[in-house]
Amino acid sequence: MDKNTSYTLRNWNTVIWKEVLKDCLPITAGIIPFGLTCGIMGRTAGFSAFQITFMSIIVFAGAAQFMAIAMMNSGITNWGVIVFTTFLINLRHLLMGASLSSYLFKQPRTLQYLLAFSMTDESYALTINRIEKKGYDAYYQLGASYFLYIIWAFSTFLGAVLYHSIPNPLEWGLDFVIPLTFLVLLIPRLINRTALFVALVSALTAVLGALHLPGKWYIILAAVTASIVGGLIERGRRNEF
Amino acid sequence: MKGEEEMNFKLISIIIGMALVTFITRIGSQVIFTSTGIPAWLEKWLKHVPTAFLTALITPAILLPKGYLDISFNNSYLLAGIIAAFIAYKTKNVLTTIIIGMAVMIYVNN
Repeated sequence: MDKNTSYTLRNWNTVIWKEVLKDCLPITAGIIPFGLTCGIMGRTAGFSAFQITFMSIIVFAGAAQFMAIAMMNSGITNWGVIVFTTFLINLRHLLMGASLSSYLFKQPRTLQYLLAFSMTDESYALTINRIEKKGYDAYYQLGASYFLYIIWAFSTFLGAVLYHSIPNPLEWGLDFVIPLTFLVLLIPRLINRTALFVALVSALTAVLGALHLPGKWYIILAAVTASIVGGLIERGRRNEF
Repeated sequence: MKGEEEMNFKLISIIIGMALVTFITRIGSQVIFTSTGIPAWLEKWLKHVPTAFLTALITPAILLPKGYLDISFNNSYLLAGIIAAFIAYKTKNVLTTIIIGMAVMIYVNN
């Protein structure tokens, strides 16, 4: 444990900070309004500024936090219900973790835990993009994850403190920055017919899922369905030739 | 006063519970495969997760920005998304894509 910790810290300076900052700054513009809104809504639902900031610091999962706040706001305060719903919303992390696990296994234990704790949709997207372009770097993932972590915690705190004096930040439309960033990360991946087909299946499943399933289930359904289809296409092709 | 303390305790215990289950979902895959490694058949599927996942995040944000399916030119997210996809394809640049995408959306909305 101690050995791993010092290993982690000793290599901290090797983080490619410039690259991390360059990749994270655009997406930051999309995260700040969500953090502010989380702080404001948290206060409205009865959390204190400390509590809602504490939530952002130890949970660090936007969608689940908004769900918990909405439930509290509508009078659902049952521990089991909120915690279990959080678990369901975050099940997609299992899939993201699995898709990175061949890289994560090679890292020291402490680093694995630090990376797991801070994995979000956004840092996962940036990391897989880095893998595609230059290969995996644990310190790139670490830097990107914790940069976004600090932004998330700080903007929640700011929203919680200023909640009387700022209007709903999501009405500014800045939330659209996040899907726009994902679009730039997705398009270079669509280089062959298999990838295009996977994207098509995922898009259709996601829309159907978003229409008919609650919460974030559409992400899990679409990601599982489309990646299985991708795997099957590849197997079929190998049998052909 | 006692009721307030109880409420405080309740909120903190909810937050801690959320943190625990969230961490379980994030570390889960490493714990499950720690002794066996990822099986080859699974790895073949997992290779497609990034593409599938990104698409699943983007599509509803563009086609159902208000929670219902809206495929029309009144949907500023869709229009901005199509133009941004083209910019992303041409430039592969995040900032350029964001600036043009946001500009289109704001222009259409006003």
